[in-house]
Amino acid sequence: MAQVTLSNVKKVYAGGVEAVKGVSFDIPDGGFCVLVGPSGCGKSTLLRMVAGLETITSGEVAIGSRVVNQVEPADRDIAMVFQNYALYPHMNIYDNMAYGLRNRGTPKDEIDRRVKEAARILAIEPYLERRPRQLSGGQRQRVAMGRAIVRNPQVFLFDEPLSNLDAKLRVQMRVEIKKLQRSLGVTAIYVTHDQVEAMTLSDKLVVMNAGQVEQIGLPAEVYRKPASKFVATFIGSPPMNILPGVVDGHGIVALGDTVLQAHDLRDDLPAQTPVEVGLRPEDVEIVSDDDAGSLPFDVEFVEELGATQLFHGKLAGQPFVMQAATGDVAAQEGRLWITVDPDKVHVFDPKTGARLGKD
Amino acid sequence: MQKNAYFKGLTIPFLLLLPQLAITVVFFYWPATQAVWQSFLLEDAFGTSTQFVWFENYQALFADPGYLKAFINTAVFSTFVCVLSLSIALLFAVMADRQIRGAEIYKTLLIWPYAVAPAIAGVLWLFMFDPSLGMLGRGLQSLGVPWNPRLDGNHAMLLVILAATWKQISYNFLFFLAGLQAIPKSVIEAAVIDGARPMRRFWTIVFPLLSPTTFFLLVVNIVYVFFDTFGIIDAVTGGGPSGATETLVYKVFSDGKGGSDLGGSAAQSVVLLVMVIALTAIQFRFIERKVSY
Repeated sequence: MAQVTLSNVKKVYAGGVEAVKGVSFDIPDGGFCVLVGPSGCGKSTLLRMVAGLETITSGEVAIGSRVVNQVEPADRDIAMVFQNYALYPHMNIYDNMAYGLRNRGTPKDEIDRRVKEAARILAIEPYLERRPRQLSGGQRQRVAMGRAIVRNPQVFLFDEPLSNLDAKLRVQMRVEIKKLQRSLGVTAIYVTHDQVEAMTLSDKLVVMNAGQVEQIGLPAEVYRKPASKFVATFIGSPPMNILPGVVDGHGIVALGDTVLQAHDLRDDLPAQTPVEVGLRPEDVEIVSDDDAGSLPFDVEFVEELGATQLFHGKLAGQPFVMQAATGDVAAQEGRLWITVDPDKVHVFDPKTGARLGKD
Repeated sequence: MQKNAYFKGLTIPFLLLLPQLAITVVFFYWPATQAVWQSFLLEDAFGTSTQFVWFENYQALFADPGYLKAFINTAVFSTFVCVLSLSIALLFAVMADRQIRGAEIYKTLLIWPYAVAPAIAGVLWLFMFDPSLGMLGRGLQSLGVPWNPRLDGNHAMLLVILAATWKQISYNFLFFLAGLQAIPKSVIEAAVIDGARPMRRFWTIVFPLLSPTTFFLLVVNIVYVFFDTFGIIDAVTGGGPSGATETLVYKVFSDGKGGSDLGGSAAQSVVLLVMVIALTAIQFRFIERKVSY
């Protein structure tokens, strides 16, 4: 078990493409860190640099107290689970899991003990004699994890391990990965583009965009106080609504004709400063039309999701989505009146996308 | 989703198969049948009379020490050419598969020899290793090596092995490279993280995953050394000196054309045919089972 420290890590490919532009953060011992971002944001490159599969252009990666920039992947005491599982197709499941231990000259009975133990934990004991192609996607995923477990490494690296599974299995495996990581107490770095996986798995969420870190924090923190418009729209589903507006005094923004209280808005902005206002679909409440400060929302169509409904329409002339529990309102088109908790109004700089919040 | 078309009656399927069937019948079954028939006949040297002799041609063949010699020559020649061309091609392919500067040029150049006709390739090597004209031949002479493939049977064999191997490396290289590139990169990376050093990685991961390609090439290469090397042998040594490089396929030609022993030559080609069928059948029967994964 060890902590992982990245200091100003950069990756520049031949040809000058900057894939990772100086990233620093650390993951405490036993922590579960998720790197999330759209494809091409550099999250996989960063993970591969920790694994040693990519060279580090500049900066330092340390596992425990040891800087591993020049250490071979095999000697970094890590294990990696790949997106396509990367099982050895010509070996049976037992040999797939034993391969890494055999390469290290582990005694035979010790290998046998560890492989059987991992197989028991992952419930793949009946398949040890089979070849990978005889297993289903979920079982292959377990084998890939088994191969990581038997090595008893300091750090687990996951590169989008669930994206080849169907939706139901993904949820199930997500829970199992988290449980497994907790029971083994191992430090984990997990790369995904799926914000649900990111929110549910992490105790340290790193949101990346265009080779840079946009925000680091606890998942709830990132959700409640997104540091930028990018994070605000990337984390949360359906994504946060972004509406153009202006500052209309201390803690007040105007959207067209209507005004909204925004408690977190910075005090030093002059009136009429153009801003972007972010409202989460789930933070909106439906009220009767005579409530003070309510906003008119013209619903164009309703999506039924079972437990909740999504209302699509226009607010202050802009496209807008809100979410409400089924049964709260009849699913109907036409005008609704809504309010938003002033603590849940997010304001961003339209040019830089930065949060215009206090502190 | 695969869609199968069903035809009523046999006319249309037969018409569709006809061109391929016609080619196979005209260029394979008919001449093969002729060869089998001819192998039972004895013709006089002037071609005026023909006699049906049952298995006399075969009896004469197996009693002929020259035939045994051609058999041994073929075994030596084909083993060396197959092993050398496959292993050198594999080495080149592994080298070319890495990220290196100028990889494209390297690959293109390696593929060129395949475009050279066998006879031309043979002449090329003949000149290079000619003891009095060739650059390499003279070089060997000046180093004190008594190199002379025109007189020394072993030298002649070495020369045809080199020429035939050189010609076949390109083809094998191409297939090995394609095979290597079909191995998922992440499998190799997983092996790297699993602590397998390059040599161990090659023998425990890469080579087993290449085995379908290797098996395919082994079959193709055996057919190549048995038949397609005729042009090289004819151009380089003409089977000499004194039959030292006469392989089975070359003996079919030299006995039939030069020796005017059409019946004996036909018997040889039938034996050759049976041997290649048997070799291929053995390979498919025993080796293919091991290469699937």
